[in-house]
Amino acid sequence: MIPAPFDYVKVTSVEEALEALAEHGEDAKLLAGGHSLLPIMKLRLAVPTALIDISGISELSYVRVEGDEVAIGATTRHHELERSAVALAEVPLLPHVAGRVGDPQVRHRGTLGGTVAHSDPASDLPTALLALGGTVVVQGPAGRREIPVTEFWLGFFETALSPDELVVEIRVPRTGAAGWGYEKFTRRENDWPIVAAAAVQGRVALANMAGAVVRASATEAALAGGASIADAAALADEGTSPNSDMHADADYRRHLARLLTRRALEKAAA
Amino acid sequence: MKVSITVNGEQRTDEVEPRLLLAHYLRETCGLRATNVGCDTTSCGACTVVVDGLSVKSCTVLAVATDGSQVTTLEGLAGPDGELHPMQAAFRAEHGLQCGFCTPGMVMAAIGVLADNPDPTDREVREGLEGNLCRCTGYHNIVRAVRTAAQAGPAAGQVPQAQEVEA
Repeated sequence: MIPAPFDYVKVTSVEEALEALAEHGEDAKLLAGGHSLLPIMKLRLAVPTALIDISGISELSYVRVEGDEVAIGATTRHHELERSAVALAEVPLLPHVAGRVGDPQVRHRGTLGGTVAHSDPASDLPTALLALGGTVVVQGPAGRREIPVTEFWLGFFETALSPDELVVEIRVPRTGAAGWGYEKFTRRENDWPIVAAAAVQGRVALANMAGAVVRASATEAALAGGASIADAAALADEGTSPNSDMHADADYRRHLARLLTRRALEKAAA
Repeated sequence: MKVSITVNGEQRTDEVEPRLLLAHYLRETCGLRATNVGCDTTSCGACTVVVDGLSVKSCTVLAVATDGSQVTTLEGLAGPDGELHPMQAAFRAEHGLQCGFCTPGMVMAAIGVLADNPDPTDREVREGLEGNLCRCTGYHNIVRAVRTAAQAGPAAGQVPQAQEVEA
């Protein structure tokens, strides 16, 4: 399978990326690791007229502490996040989840900004970020703006990002070693989750239970009201709208959401 | 567009279409046929090569995106005198193959496993090779081969160019 023809532009700074986006218009796509984008281009589900390769923007590759938060540059690759001493100490959920994305070859190319901007409801890292809270920092012609993670993922492949903007940074609160859990059910080790649950400090997010990653609000409210983990987890699928497909029907996904939420919360409490 | 890529230690410049995948560049432009395209969907790992020291699936990388990089394929492992790379020797010694189609990708991915972890357990080898499928299901001997290669020392986790670049 071979993608349809496109113009290829390699950029090395955020400014160059924004200029290229402005020049090539709405049909241009940003390319980072390419492991989500190229497969859909090969299937011709995406036919961008131009690819702007931002993988070489080294100024966006970092994991550092800034006050109460950890700031992670958008072109930080999954395998870098997996091994980041700062992330392991300050927000250990993230390197753990980064290590459960795909396989080593995929993690060698995939970037945090890429998976955030792609908005696949079955993505591991957005699920973890939604449970952590924090912000997605984007930059466009009008400058930088911060979008809370709760407002970023709007639906399948749909985000609050404008076509002339790019994700430059993700900021999450420092949790330290505080309790967290990530449970995912897959057909093959570290494949896309059929359902996954991330739990940290009383917040729970679910993968693949709606058009975008979604918080288990009923579970969170029950926990805040003093309910037991078992009782709160039993509400995890409330308000979700899971699909039925060849891997699992909607009812089975609801069952998985409740089960994985309980396990993730138990891990977080342990 | 023009790309300059160092393939198996030899720098070359080629005119390529932006949409040319690295796997096809290696097979068709460079004539290096060890790198196999199996699933073509980033699942099977038969197309795994090492780019700048890291294993990647070359069916999901654009050749233009590797401009200026060092790419190593299976053909680049053996010495000029034909002496096998420790990973190749271990695959041969342990019979880490059945039909052989997945073998080039397995060997390249296995080098990456040892680059990250020079002395892995069976479980860690299996996790490290999770991106590579052997449709003959010959995994036991493959895992044994990687454990055997680990005993050969650090060279088993390195590709030849990387050593030259470091030197």
